[in-house]
Amino acid sequence: MNPANYIVLSAVLFSIGAIGVLVRRNAIVVFMCVELMLNAANLAFVAFARMNGNLDGQVVAFFVMVVAAAEVVVGLAIIVQIFRTRRSASIDEPNLLKY
Amino acid sequence: MEQIMPATGAFSLIWVLIALPLAGAAVLLLGGRMTNKWGPYLGVLTVVGSAALGVVMLLQMMGLPAEDRSIQQVAYRWVFADGLSVDMAFRLDQLSMVFVLLITIVGSLIHVYSLGYMEHDPDRRKFFGYLNLFVAAMLLLVLANNYLLLYVGWEGVGLASYLLIGFWQVKPSAAAAAKKAFIINRVGDVGLGLAIMVMFVTFGSVTFADVFGQASAASEGTLTAIGLLLLLAACGKSAQFPLQAWLLDAMEGPTPVSALIHAATMVTAGVYLIVRSNAIFDRAVWAATAVVVVGLITVFMGAIIGSAKDDIKKSLAGSTMSQIGYMITAAGLGPIGYVFAIFHLLTHGVFKAGLFLGAGSVMHGMNDGVNMRRYGALRKVMVITTITFFIGYLAIIGIPPFAGFWSKDEIIHAAFEKGPVIGALLILGAGITGFYMSRMVAMTFFGKARWEDDVHPHESKAVMTIPLIILAIGSTVLGMALLFWGHIEEWLEPVTGIATAPSPLSTAATIGISLAFVIVGASIGWIMYLRREVPITAPRGSLLTRAARRDLYGDDVNEVLVVRPSYWLSRVLVWFDRAWVDGFVNGIAAFVGGFSGRLRRYQSGFARSYALSMVGGAVLVVLALLLVRLS
Repeated sequence: MNPANYIVLSAVLFSIGAIGVLVRRNAIVVFMCVELMLNAANLAFVAFARMNGNLDGQVVAFFVMVVAAAEVVVGLAIIVQIFRTRRSASIDEPNLLKY
Repeated sequence: MEQIMPATGAFSLIWVLIALPLAGAAVLLLGGRMTNKWGPYLGVLTVVGSAALGVVMLLQMMGLPAEDRSIQQVAYRWVFADGLSVDMAFRLDQLSMVFVLLITIVGSLIHVYSLGYMEHDPDRRKFFGYLNLFVAAMLLLVLANNYLLLYVGWEGVGLASYLLIGFWQVKPSAAAAAKKAFIINRVGDVGLGLAIMVMFVTFGSVTFADVFGQASAASEGTLTAIGLLLLLAACGKSAQFPLQAWLLDAMEGPTPVSALIHAATMVTAGVYLIVRSNAIFDRAVWAATAVVVVGLITVFMGAIIGSAKDDIKKSLAGSTMSQIGYMITAAGLGPIGYVFAIFHLLTHGVFKAGLFLGAGSVMHGMNDGVNMRRYGALRKVMVITTITFFIGYLAIIGIPPFAGFWSKDEIIHAAFEKGPVIGALLILGAGITGFYMSRMVAMTFFGKARWEDDVHPHESKAVMTIPLIILAIGSTVLGMALLFWGHIEEWLEPVTGIATAPSPLSTAATIGISLAFVIVGASIGWIMYLRREVPITAPRGSLLTRAARRDLYGDDVNEVLVVRPSYWLSRVLVWFDRAWVDGFVNGIAAFVGGFSGRLRRYQSGFARSYALSMVGGAVLVVLALLLVRLS
């Protein structure tokens, strides 16, 4: 199979994620879209690793997974706290941190 | 080229002359209240110690042949920079020797007198500390072997003068007078600083020996420039026209200060500078002429101011200006006059110190009143002060055989050798001296008592009258002693050179004419202020009297020529600073502030708009990369 197809798939997944982040209001959904973008990037890394015949891309993919796991822990904790105080998971409502 | 001898015997202690009073000043000023009790006595002892050492050195110097009397002592290398090397080195020759004795002996007497005069002052420890500092600086000034070290002493005496004029700084007038003296002196000091720079550029050295040795090789223009700059320096320090305005206000200081600094020693530093630099003035005719002109103008300014003031100290200050004018004139005459400038400086130092201390004794008995119109008839209650003041009076107006007669007459005689006009003017000045001094004595000690109600005059204590008596003895015999026993002309000749020229008047005629003028002036003074009642409030007076009461408009001239222009200049500079410099800086700050005020509106708090800008940024980066790749 042509490795370029993986790149195309990765780009499509990334775009879906990005658009999701921009248009959705529910924090959990936005969060999942972020995960989608990360995994799209991982797919591209692995595909490039395969195309170039070395392991660099795969190593980076592992790094991304570790960082994503940590990020999920912190992010979900924040979302849960916000939900507990405001009874809402909308990311537009908590806008006090501004000018 | 004179030869310079290394310091041996007592001369190896030249540095101690300066170090003693300096140590005294350090102990008194740094020791704080601990030294309150014994500090003043220590201050007196250090100066007396220097005086004793000075006398020992004089005896040793008198035992040497004349050509071996220039002693040099190098303490250490002080300044060493590329091309410039200056030693902390002292030069004791015949000229510095007489200055050392004048400073330390008159200084000792005035220190002793101050023990009585300042007895009740809470800050007298500080006073003695400053006096010691002054003596040290003045000795450094006259003992330096190069101009740079002289400059240090020059500034040191200026500092001490400033501190002591403003000693009673709670009085706004004293604080203002101190500032005035300091600032006007600064003008002269710039002259000395520039002169030293020109010397270094021209001769590559600032030691007396090098500068005077190479003076003949320099162009006359350079020497004239140096001479005029040195004259400017002398004008500042010696209160000569046009930098004379500070001396009258300097009388705000305690009277012993006026006697030591503003009559006997510091104000004569200008004369020392010119006489010391004789090798330069001998070769710069125009500079020497300027010296004579400045001296002559000041002789008359001082005498006229002295004739009009009712404040006894200011009248004496005018007289000091006038007498220093005589010395400066003599110094400008060249080798004919140098010796007599120093001769008059020495006698004047003694009799004027006596007069000032006498005035201080009078003030002490009159509740510090200085207005001569409220004095009168004090001869009955202050016998010793009256007698000593009267001897000083006879000395300053030049009645033989008192000290001033010999020195002033020599100057007048020398002036006639140079030109009859100078001589005639000096004789006229002597006449005015007779007038104002007679006026002062008549108003203070004779006539009717015009005392204020709560004033009970009394004679001062022995600690004050004994210095007066010693100075009165000095005023009587010093002239004859220096001339006939000390042979001052031969003594100073190796340093200053000496010359005589034919005079249009014989010596006897000079003496006769000047004595006649003095007696006429004195008689006018006695008649005007003894035969007639002295009014308690000053009459309006003639135009000249009113001008003289205002210091001949010296302050007004400074106000118009210097103070106002610099005031306006600073106003313009302030405006420029506010409008342009501050405006520019503040404008940038305001622009940045306004811009960031708008920029922060983008911090809207909506996470999704941040996400959008990140995406936009990422897209832009990608596009940019693609563009670069494609081109």
